[in-house]
Amino acid sequence: METTLEPTAPVKLTAKDFTSDQEVKWCPGCGDYSILKQVQTVLPNFVTEKEKVVFVSGIGCSSRFPYYMDTYGMHSIHGRATAIATGVKAANPELNVWVIGGDGDLLSIGGNHFIHMLRRNPDIKLMLFNNEIYGLTKGQYSPTSPKGTVAKSTPAGSVDEPFNPAELALGAKSSFFARTLDRDPKHMQAMITRANGHKGTALLEIYQNCPVFNDGAFFIFTEKDTKKEEALYLEQGKPLIFGAGDSKGIKLDGFNPVVVDLTTGASKDDLWIHDEADKNKAFILAGFADNTETHLPRPFGVYYQTNRSCIEDDMAAQIEAAKTKKGKIPLNRILSGEKTWAIV
Amino acid sequence: MSYEKNIDPSNVLSFGEDLGEVKPSRITETKQIESLVIRFSGDSGDGMQLTGMQFTDTTALLGQDLSTFPEFPAEIRAPAGTLAGVSGFQVHFGSKEIFTPGDMYDVLVAMNAAALKNDLKRLKRHGVVIVNVAGFDSKNLKLAGYPEGSVSPLEDNTLDGYTVYKIDVTKHTKDALKESKLSMKEIERCKNMFVLGVLFWMFDKSMEFTLQFLEEKFGKNPEILEANITALKSGWNYGDHTEIFTTRYQTAPAKLPAGVYRNISGNQALAIGVIAAAEKAGLQIFLGSYPITPASDILHELSKYKANGIKTFQAEDEIAAICSAIGAAYTGSLGVTSTSGPGLALKSEAMSLAMMLELPLLICDIQRGGPSTGLPTKTEQSDLLFAMHGRHGEAPLPIIAAATPSDCFDAVYEAITISIEHMVPVIFLSDGYIANGSEPWRFPTEDNLKPINVKFLTENNNPGGKLLPYKRDNRGVRPWIKPGTKGLEHRIGGLEKQNETGNVSYDSTNHELMVKLRAEKVAKIAERIPLLKPDSGEEKGKVLVLGWGSTYGAIKTVMNELHAEGYKDVSHVHLRHMNPFPKNLGNLLNGFDKVLIPEMNTGQLLQLIRAKYLVPAIGYSKVQGLPFDTDEIKAKVLEIYNS
Repeated sequence: METTLEPTAPVKLTAKDFTSDQEVKWCPGCGDYSILKQVQTVLPNFVTEKEKVVFVSGIGCSSRFPYYMDTYGMHSIHGRATAIATGVKAANPELNVWVIGGDGDLLSIGGNHFIHMLRRNPDIKLMLFNNEIYGLTKGQYSPTSPKGTVAKSTPAGSVDEPFNPAELALGAKSSFFARTLDRDPKHMQAMITRANGHKGTALLEIYQNCPVFNDGAFFIFTEKDTKKEEALYLEQGKPLIFGAGDSKGIKLDGFNPVVVDLTTGASKDDLWIHDEADKNKAFILAGFADNTETHLPRPFGVYYQTNRSCIEDDMAAQIEAAKTKKGKIPLNRILSGEKTWAIV
Repeated sequence: MSYEKNIDPSNVLSFGEDLGEVKPSRITETKQIESLVIRFSGDSGDGMQLTGMQFTDTTALLGQDLSTFPEFPAEIRAPAGTLAGVSGFQVHFGSKEIFTPGDMYDVLVAMNAAALKNDLKRLKRHGVVIVNVAGFDSKNLKLAGYPEGSVSPLEDNTLDGYTVYKIDVTKHTKDALKESKLSMKEIERCKNMFVLGVLFWMFDKSMEFTLQFLEEKFGKNPEILEANITALKSGWNYGDHTEIFTTRYQTAPAKLPAGVYRNISGNQALAIGVIAAAEKAGLQIFLGSYPITPASDILHELSKYKANGIKTFQAEDEIAAICSAIGAAYTGSLGVTSTSGPGLALKSEAMSLAMMLELPLLICDIQRGGPSTGLPTKTEQSDLLFAMHGRHGEAPLPIIAAATPSDCFDAVYEAITISIEHMVPVIFLSDGYIANGSEPWRFPTEDNLKPINVKFLTENNNPGGKLLPYKRDNRGVRPWIKPGTKGLEHRIGGLEKQNETGNVSYDSTNHELMVKLRAEKVAKIAERIPLLKPDSGEEKGKVLVLGWGSTYGAIKTVMNELHAEGYKDVSHVHLRHMNPFPKNLGNLLNGFDKVLIPEMNTGQLLQLIRAKYLVPAIGYSKVQGLPFDTDEIKAKVLEIYNS
């Protein structure tokens, strides 16, 4: 199986090496196909030992993902992939762990584990396939469906406010948040690569089209006639510019984002310069989606990235410190405890 | 482990009856006693648990057999002085073998009116009461629920017939510490040490171990250390110099089997059992747990052993606790989760997943009074049917139940062995009574422990073809495959699997086959379980008492009494393997005219036994949050025997 010609330089893996023998069974036109393809395409760029890769998922259409990857994988139970993956990573930090889940799986039934994983920051890549609907249970509204969504369980429209995943993540101290789209393969590949490069929990939200139950939910961000006006691509150190022919920009008026027209005198020098390290600005970017005062484009790209310690490393460090300080306690001493007496 | 101990045949007087004869005298005499029960009772803030534990440790180190029963309220600090705030610690010790903390006590230490009111009912006739009179002022009486203006129970006829020692513990403690720079509140906190000193004198026990304990506990705080030592010694001197005490009592060491002993609680024994099993198996421990009474001590205990590479993870909830442990087990660690009833309910879905994945996992349920929040600090055996059936789909799991505090070690060691060697989650059942209770334990050494056979698959088990992660050996066990093993990449999951390949399969006959294969694997564990023998009595007879879990001590005590009284045709069988049952259980049941099953529930083992073996077993139920009294079981056995 292994080449012995160049033992020091492992043979570069290909997308095919990450493709399992199982037939992919998503609906025709599902955005998940694109995500699977992009993951299989970019993984060979940074994975040399695929036996160290573990994909963990919960329940939902997207959670079938691990079956299609020729790596280690576990298709677990609804909402719990994050908790299971935390155990995998904490027990063996050597493993390269990925979690796949949908908006219902990660934000509804798994909401608790989701926020706690973010605050603990294990070095896990967390891919949130957001289609704003429940697919596998056949079309109920989800915790990211806009209020008023008419679906099977809400014939008169949903009455609850949706989560804003970016705000939720930042509030839970996520160390990395990025957003991409199923219909922009190039951008998605770049974002997967960025997520992989982040040490810590990297949350990548992917707008994913469900052609059966919520077709076109994100078309304004992906289709030719609207995307220029509605999608804003973030780049580190660059001003926030969007619109046809880069005609518009965003500047900050205090904490308020304001759209300016670059064709009628506004200067690029006054625009908001994107800084991934600025958490305050990340919160403002997250709020674009909910801004009712001004119509703002939806930002895509890395909103926020910071370096902080990972739970598995802190756990291992405590163990190392205890080993250095006390040395391993012999089993016989543990069995006997501190105080014993003899009966003869 | 063997429960056999040699009974000391010396026929010394028992303490309770003897005291009625004691007359005040200036001469202190010393009496030998065979066994004795002391109840320390006070307010939650009075330090009764610590006092009781110190008395127990000293007693243990002097070589006496013992059994303890800490009983405390669910509230951390219920309003001081009220009945709700009473915290008790009961210890039964002596030179004979001891199996229970005792039904009634010989000595009651009551730190306030509420403690006396709450606990006097179980003091033996002619027993000794030591009261802190400072806890009986009008405010304390009112808090204890005595009507306004009523006479103190120290002044009316409440204590007639008992030997009463009235001591102003609070005042004596303050006097002893008048030089101390501590605040009055801190000084008052030392009064439990004063009482302990009095008791050490009264029962002729050395202060040495407690002095050592205080050094360790308060070494960094010299003022507090000094105050506690002074209070302890003052208590001793009070006993020695005042003339109110006429008698001191001595207990000889118990004639237990030769060996080296330590005192241990059930939760400690469980934690040590996990450590021992992991070391013998060569596995890293990963404990995922969420705090819950009375299981939290397992998390606390295992968290102390970081130097041994043990990973403990306080999860955000019970579900994440078990799920993280499943994740760890998947990577090749010994995954453990610990909880009590409400937590077990939350783990149910994940237990089915672990069963379906066929990964080893230890699930510890320290049972408490239920349903719902129920009686968090009280004991019960009411999760047996939940452990047996509390999963969706066809998901049988092995269940192991511990009988005594020290037996938690052996039982959990076996549970882990089965889990690993059969690739199956195992439920370990204990309860609040044995989890918090303690007893002397002739602990094993590393060499005495049975090896645990761990095998990880490292090469394709289907040469020339695809890996078969669900290919079984002749015991029906699939291989354990660690992620990171080159060439063995595969996927597992909760969807039904095709036999052997593990690929998703919705085929109807395959599903039925898989359900059967998983159940057969668990059933086959009976092959390794030793045949069951009566713990006492013969294999055939008139009445069989069938027990499980923490009722062991009470039943054992009853059996000793009945056999001594000539009821030779009564036997006791104690179950550790609740699923699968030992292969010869049916034969044993059929060897008796009548089968009695005492349980701290409404008849859960009873249902399982009747359903499986079709024997007309008789249940004896107690659901008061308290363990059985030996008298209760004895009366029931005799009733059935004579009917």
